Parts: sequence; C-alpha cells; structure tokens
Amino acid sequence: MKKFSWRGLSIIIFILVTAFYLAPLAIPNLPGWWSKHTLKLGLDLKGGMQILLEVDTSQLSAADARGAVEQNIKIIRERIDQFGVAEPTIQKLGEKRIMVQLPGVSDFEAAENLIKQTAMLEFRVVAQPDEAKRVLDSIDANVSANLDRFPALKKLEELDKAILPESDSLNQTTVAGVFSSLIRPGEMDQEIQFDSIRLIQDLLADSLFQQMVPAGWQLALERADAASPRSDRALHVLSSAVELSGGDLARAKVEYGSSTSTDPRVANKPYVSIEMKREGARKFERVTADNVGKRLAIVLDGVVYSAPNIQERIGGGRAQITGRFTSSEVNELAIVLNTGNLIAPIKPISTSIIGATLGSDSIRSGSMAGMIGLGIVMIFMALYYKLSGLITDFALIFNVGFILAILTAFGATLTLPGIAGIVLTIGMAVDANVLVFERIREELDAGKTPRSAVDAGYKRAGITVWDANITTLIAAAVLYQFGTGPVRGFALTLTIGIIGSMFCALVFVRSIFDTFVVTGTKKTFSV
Amino acid sequence: MRIFSNTHVPFVEIRKITYVISIIFVLAGLVGLFTRGLNWSIDFTSGVAAKVNLSALDSSVSPVKIEDMRSILMENGFPEAEIQHVGAEDASTFMIKLKSKQADDEVSADTKTRVIQIIKDNFPEHVKGRDMNSEVIQEIYEVGPKVGGELRTQFLLAVAIALILMIVYIWFRFELTFGLMAIVALAHDVIIIVGIFALTGKEISVQILAALLTIVGYSINDTIVIFDRIREDLKANRKEPMGKVINHSINQTLSRTAITSVTTFFTAFSLYLFGGAVLHDFAFAICLGVIFGTYSSIFIASNLVLDFSKLTHKEKQTAQNLSRKK
Repeated sequence: MKKFSWRGLSIIIFILVTAFYLAPLAIPNLPGWWSKHTLKLGLDLKGGMQILLEVDTSQLSAADARGAVEQNIKIIRERIDQFGVAEPTIQKLGEKRIMVQLPGVSDFEAAENLIKQTAMLEFRVVAQPDEAKRVLDSIDANVSANLDRFPALKKLEELDKAILPESDSLNQTTVAGVFSSLIRPGEMDQEIQFDSIRLIQDLLADSLFQQMVPAGWQLALERADAASPRSDRALHVLSSAVELSGGDLARAKVEYGSSTSTDPRVANKPYVSIEMKREGARKFERVTADNVGKRLAIVLDGVVYSAPNIQERIGGGRAQITGRFTSSEVNELAIVLNTGNLIAPIKPISTSIIGATLGSDSIRSGSMAGMIGLGIVMIFMALYYKLSGLITDFALIFNVGFILAILTAFGATLTLPGIAGIVLTIGMAVDANVLVFERIREELDAGKTPRSAVDAGYKRAGITVWDANITTLIAAAVLYQFGTGPVRGFALTLTIGIIGSMFCALVFVRSIFDTFVVTGTKKTFSV
Repeated sequence: MRIFSNTHVPFVEIRKITYVISIIFVLAGLVGLFTRGLNWSIDFTSGVAAKVNLSALDSSVSPVKIEDMRSILMENGFPEAEIQHVGAEDASTFMIKLKSKQADDEVSADTKTRVIQIIKDNFPEHVKGRDMNSEVIQEIYEVGPKVGGELRTQFLLAVAIALILMIVYIWFRFELTFGLMAIVALAHDVIIIVGIFALTGKEISVQILAALLTIVGYSINDTIVIFDRIREDLKANRKEPMGKVINHSINQTLSRTAITSVTTFFTAFSLYLFGGAVLHDFAFAICLGVIFGTYSSIFIASNLVLDFSKLTHKEKQTAQNLSRKK
C-alpha cells in the first residue's frame, strides 16, 4: 500500500456490506443475530392478504378520536398475534387509516372478519311475545305514516298493490303494514326469509328507521348459519337496556361439549364459555334473578348469537355462547372477546389477496427474466468492450448483489415490481460505464496515452453521469413518495440501483483500471 | 468492435422530417386518447378483480367456458362483469373484473364475498376437492371508491412535481430553454405511449403509471447526456453556428445512446418475454418507452432547443450562458 486512499476504503466497505447482508441467503447455519437479516418477500411474491382499513371516528369526541386509531391498531395486533400469523405488518397510514399485511394467510375470510369485527358484546333481555307484537305494530304504523322516507319499502308496497288491487276483498283482512309483511311468525320468533334479509339489514342500519322503533326497544337479526346460508334468520325484539357488556368480561375460552351432554346446544359441539369479572358476575346474577322465564340475548356487534331462556337465577358469573359454530369460528370468537372491542368501528376500503402459487410463479419468471437479461447484457459488454467490458460485467454482478444487500439492510421487502426494477437497473447500470468507455475511446483516438485517456475520460464523462443520474433519481424519489406497496418497492430498488451503478462505474471499475490495467507506461488499453 | 464511429448523420438538417413523424405519432396518440379513452384498472375506478382457477381435479368434468361464467355472473346480479381467459383456453382460469362506473357508486363491502360465493355455488364440480382460498381464488383485489379517486389525484400531483423538479434542475445546470424543451420531448414520449395503450385497450394500472415515470426518468437521462455534450462543444467552439455544433454533439454521443438503449431494451424485452403475466404490460410499456425515449432524445429534444433559440433570437446568449456553467 502506497498511501491511504478513500477510494480503496469505500470499496472495502462496499464489499463488506454486500457480503454481510447476502451471507444469510447463501450460508445456512449463521448465528441468529446475523441470519435474521434476510430479504423479506412482498405479499405479491409470497402470497397473503393486505387490507387497508379506515377508522370511523365520527361518533367519537375529538379527544377520543385521537387515541382511537392507535388503540385499534393495538387491538388488531393482539388479535392477529393470537390468530397466529408470522410476520404481520400493521401500520398507520395518514390520519385514520390502518394498513394490515398478513403474509402467507390463506383463510382470508376468517382473517378479514377477525380484524374488522368491532366485537361489542352486550347482554340484553328479549321482549316477551306480546311486547314484541306491540313494538312491531307500532313500527308498522310509524313506517306507514312516513313511507316516503323509505324508498325500498315504498317500492315494495307499490308492487304489492299491483298484485293485490285495493278493491280486492283479500286486502281488507290483511291489514298488516308493509314492514311486518316481511316478517313471518315462526315457532318462537319472527323469521325473516333469506330474500328479505338484505333489505332488513339495510333498514336496521338506517338511522331514520331506528327512529321508527319505539323508545326502549331495538331490533336485531340472528347470526347467519354458515352451514346453511340460505336459511331464514330470526328477528329479535330486544330491550335497549344493556345489562352487561364486554367490559364485564374477564375471559373467554373455547370448550367442547361432551357427546353425552343433555343440552343439545352444546352436545358434541364447540362453544365459547365466558367468565365475568366480580362486578359483572353480580350484575349477571341480578339480571337472571329479575328475568326468570324470559330470554337473554347475547349480542355481538348488533347480531344475536344466541338467546337462551333464563331458567333460574345464575350466580358465579359464567355463561356460554353457543350456536352452530365451526371450530375455527369458535376460536376467532374467543380471540375477539378476549382482545376487547375496537374503540371505533373500522371499514376495509381496499383488499388484495394473492395466492401462494401465483407468488412463487412470479418469483420464478421474474428471476428468470432477470438472469436472461443479465446474461445478454454481460455478453454484449464483453464483446463490445473486450477486457473493459469484462471488468464491467464483474462490477455489474456486484451491483445486483449490492441492491439486494441494501434492500435487506433497510428491512425493505422485495416485490415483483422490485424485481422488475432490478432487471431494468441491469440494463441502465451499464450506461455510466458506456459513457466513460466511449469517452476513453475518443480520447485514445485523439492520440492520448491510455493513462491520460482514462483520466480524461472519467473526468469528462463523470459530469455527464452525475447530471443524467440525478434527473433519474428525481423521478425515482417522486415515485417513492407517491407510490404505495409494490410501486414503492420498485422506486426503492431503482434508486439503490442508480446509486450502486454510479459507485460501480466511477469508483469500482476505475480502481480496477488504475490498479491492474493501466499501470506504469503501458501502451495499449483494451476498450 | 464499434458500431458507430465518426458518424456524420445530418440530424439537424432532417429535423423537419422527424418533427413530422413525431407529430403524426403524437396526433395518433391524442386521437386514441380522445376517441377511445383510457381503460383504467380497478386501482383507479374502484371495484373488484378476481383471478379464479376452475380446472377440476376430476378430468371427466368439462372445462368451464367463458360464456358459462358470463351468464352465471349475469344471473347473479353482475351483468357488467368483464371476463377474460388467463393463459390457455382449456386452463379454465379467468380474470373477472367488476368496475364501479362512478366514483361515488359504492361497491358494497361484501362484493368480494358474493363473487366467491357465486363461484362456489355454481361450479361445485370444478372446485370439488380443492381449497377455495388458496387454489381456486388465485388473487382477488377490492378497491373502495375513496382509494381509487385519491390515487389518480396523487399520481397527477406526482407527475407535476417530478416535471417541475426536473425543469429546475436542468435550468440550474443548463438553461431554461433546455429544461423546457426536454419536458416537451418527455410529453411527446408519454403521449405516444399512453395513446398506444388507449388504442390497444390495455389497462392503465398503478404498475403502468410506475412504468411511465420510469420512462420519464430514462428518456430525460438520455436527453441530458446529449445536452451535456452540446454544452461542452458550445464552449469549445464559440465561433461555430449553433446548429452545426448540436449536430456534431448528437453524432458524438450516438454510439453511447445506441448502446445504452440496446442494453436497456434487452432487459425490458426479456421481462416482456419471460417475466410472467403480471409484468407483461409493464414490460411492454418500458420497451415502448426505450424506443420512443431514444428517438426523442436524438431527433427531437436538441433540435427543439435550436429552433426555440432561433425563434427567440437568443442563440448567442444561450451559448454564453452555458459557457459559464461547469
């Protein structure tokens, strides 16, 4: 070593960093602190789901709204952890959006439900049959008086009139209002036919309709049965007083009813058993004592899960949520109950789901295209610039390694557009070298010695390389700023690629030239 | 080996011809844009896109025809569904797209679930024995109307910012005329490519927009290399007329321009051929971008600088201003 050189040091650092971050990909048994630095694959390569959620804070006060998003993120994270997803990403985007990425998840419906469920648990007393009838009649009267405000119901009534003309004698006896015409009295409850369920759901969510319900009462649909989705669902009339809520809950856990159990609701079926806190247990005891003979509905997010009869006063604060659950449903129910309810409701505003097979196909074809592109460019460079081309090829391989290493170092994920970015970088990376080599050729043609031709070439072309690449960097930076997910990955690889290729061309290749190729007073230079 | 050595192509003299060629292409692009419009993907329109594979395990089950799929979706309340085959016709793989027509026409949150249910109910033999979530549904995207609209605004903003920053940089390093003409050449490239997408009915997705911005970056890179040479040559030959110097500069850099275009085109084309369906249109856009970007750098950008300087009688001043910069 003649003297200390910054260039030499930077090359050593460059190679060490690249080697450090790429080693885990090549060597299997590295210590944990080292092997944890591996390149993460994006959802589009690995398969999985991504949900963008928006938190609805319109019902909250300004002070609560501020904390609501963070609180929701905490709850969602807890739920996902209990659900068992490896390496989930949950981040806040903007003011009130949450981005959830779940790599490798295949049961996406369950995952989506788990995340978006508000999980507001309530115990409410069910109206007695005569009370229920009174409530429904009064809703009917209110709705008929304001029929213009419910276009869907109005349309229905007009249809009815077309089928049963006013003068028809039949109509005189069936004076039921249009709302209760949707309801069919069942054995125990009012049933809603499958076709009308959507309409009823829309009505229940409509704040105008909620005003039609007499004070002290509210309506709720029974939970859909996953096994027979087209079956009828019961419509319950519930007292609006909440007897117990999620806050009274100590914990929920999954249990399996024994096959010999006499209770048909739990026999041989999974259910969730809940245990209340001390205070909750007291409340539960009072409610059951006051309402013996009535039914108590267990309502989650406005949907009735079950409405068992209260046979006697129940102490100890234990209850069961039964229903026709599958074992995964029962698990998710227990998870949402245990993690508590979301502070503010959330709504998915965009979802992407990518199957694992598509992802692995993409990796294969993407890297194949990369290899072929790299091969062609390398052959071309070697043919066109001979020895200098070979040196460039060598640097090019380092450049690709450098991109992967820096992506790893940033903890970035490799996406399919990211692979495309690397492939394109290969094509564009040689540009800096081409600029310099063409310039060196010109200088050599002008009669300079190899030594001074190389110096002049780098000096002159260096300016161009900077100018040209800075403008490309501007495009990449804006792309990064604007893009989401995959596009961002593309911009990042492009940026790293540009920086890497400038380093390779201006420092790396040049050092090789200076050290090995144009030493002393050599007369020829292969370019 | 040398492809172009000491060329003396009269790029500046033939500029009338190349202007006409460019105008024809740009007009064709604009006609395409205004008559056929752009086919925005659901990233922007909002809606649902699903790729489903319905090849049955049981080989005696006949493959699903595209008409079957269309009529079943129509019966179930999705008459507007766009359905395409993915891959070979007997592969029974379909891309189903349900776009919302207007931004405020909300695709209800469970459209996705309903589509999955329809497929489950209507093709029982084809999905039998296969896992619905990981095998039948290969990918599914649902974009709410809010997100779609925002994305478009964001993108236009991004393009505007990128262009302004580039003009400023070129102004700083060269001259305002150079910056403005470089942007005109860029607009030329982008209009032609977007026009080709409009004419072929290819979809404009987020990835295509990323490709367009990459093309912008590539094309400006190409243009600047030539500008750089012009700056250098103008400094060295102050007595020569500007047109002659520019022509010389383009010829001097021709070999570099050609080689870089070729290597970039190789890689983009290998992405197009081997990169798989997802990257197909992306790579197509980049290939076009390399072709038109190179064309505009050689034939349009510098010639425009010359004509604009002549028009404003500032040739001398431009050369002087440039000489002061490094």
